[in-house]
Amino acid sequence: MANQETVLTVENLGVKFEDDNEVLKDLSFFVQKEDVLAIVGPNGSGKSVLFRALMGLIRHSGKINWAEGLKISYVPQKFHIDAELPLSVWEFMKFKTKNRTKIIEVLKAVGLAEHHDEHHLVSHILKKRLGWLSGGQIQRVLIAWSIIDNPDVILFDEPTSGIDVGGEETIYNLLKKVKEERTLTIILISHDLNIVYKYADSVICLNKKMVCYGRPSEVLDPAALAKLYGGETAFYKHEH
Amino acid sequence: MINSLYLQLLVGTLIGLGSGYIGSFMVLRRMSLVGDALSHVALPGIAVALLIGINPFIGAFAALVVAILGIWALEKKTELPSETLVGIFFTLSLALGLLLTPEPELLEALFGNISKINIIDAALTGIFTVFIFMAIRRLAKGLMLSIVSKDLAKSVRIPVDKMNLIFLLLVAVVVALGLKVAGTLLMGSLVIIPAAASKNISVSLSRYTATAAVFGGLSAFSGIWVANYFNIVPGPIVVLAGGIVFLVTLLFKK
Repeated sequence: MANQETVLTVENLGVKFEDDNEVLKDLSFFVQKEDVLAIVGPNGSGKSVLFRALMGLIRHSGKINWAEGLKISYVPQKFHIDAELPLSVWEFMKFKTKNRTKIIEVLKAVGLAEHHDEHHLVSHILKKRLGWLSGGQIQRVLIAWSIIDNPDVILFDEPTSGIDVGGEETIYNLLKKVKEERTLTIILISHDLNIVYKYADSVICLNKKMVCYGRPSEVLDPAALAKLYGGETAFYKHEH
Repeated sequence: MINSLYLQLLVGTLIGLGSGYIGSFMVLRRMSLVGDALSHVALPGIAVALLIGINPFIGAFAALVVAILGIWALEKKTELPSETLVGIFFTLSLALGLLLTPEPELLEALFGNISKINIIDAALTGIFTVFIFMAIRRLAKGLMLSIVSKDLAKSVRIPVDKMNLIFLLLVAVVVALGLKVAGTLLMGSLVIIPAAASKNISVSLSRYTATAAVFGGLSAFSGIWVANYFNIVPGPIVVLAGGIVFLVTLLFKK
């Protein structure tokens, strides 16, 4: 199964909260280099917990083995940034790199410069407080932040939450573009099964334990979805 | 005379600068209330130091460190500092301090008295202030990222818990130094008010922290100067000066 191209191997992963509540149970999977792995599941199914375990932020049982020397970026689930917080977009980006040209280039790439208007970007957006941006703009800044130092792996927790439908498509196309330009493995949590179909090489259906695992076109059948979401799911299968 | 107004102004301004600078991060971390109550903890420390005949600064610092370790442990356990517990514990220590502090020194311990400053205090304050500026500057990125998102900070390998402890210990140093200016009752405001004022008018982090430091220095300088002119205790005037700065910044709020 696992070969030299495997970037992540997870064996019998389990996470328990302090009240002995089992949030994740007996998960085993692996991720190949340059794969896009999507994780789907209902609210409270442990998706974000899985990410936090993968990032080593919480205690867990079982094994999580990342390949050596990887640079891993993580974009946590949408979090609130106080509009009162005195931190400019420019300063936030500078936490990652001092290279001005690169910052501008990446922010343009994530679509923050309308019509590629660099003047608008530099004189308005960069000088604004991070918390003054719209939800979609913040998400784009976070994506820019995560890709600016050329990571090998990115973990995205609901990358398009808070972004309107049109913007959503743009973000995924952007991720796809970034992936084509550099060697990049993506693990993402998504609620949108159409997106999973379109962009993911493999999918894990999670509801505290693994409900399905494999290629989206093979494992995301009505039976698995019924088991995952517990009922009818308005969903149609894409034919490619 | 070496114990001149100039020496008081110098030491006061240095402490104001340091308090404003470190206070800027305390306000962002929503530690305003903790910062205020924290200074009360110094009183029993001062009392014990006076009773056993050692330097009150050492007593105050020791008491603050104990309180800081408590806050740190609470923060680690519960994400947010447990405000009720902090409120109860810190006011209790104020009550205890009031009982223990010898009568002649009580007023001074409560409201500060910078007129007793000497050249050694001035030198120590200078060294500590420079140290605090350098240390906070190095911690700034981590502190800010952990305010934006703790997970984000941890994901770029920032040792959040360790950083928090160092930050809180630096707060203890600043509060202990500032007791001379504003006393245990008012020192908290010297940390909080300049930062709150600066937050009103700053868009970027660098401007915010620098302005907070300047406001702190300005409040201390003008407060001490005015107090000296009218021959009153400087502590309350310093805090009131900060209050005026805050009100003015409200007019220009961003």
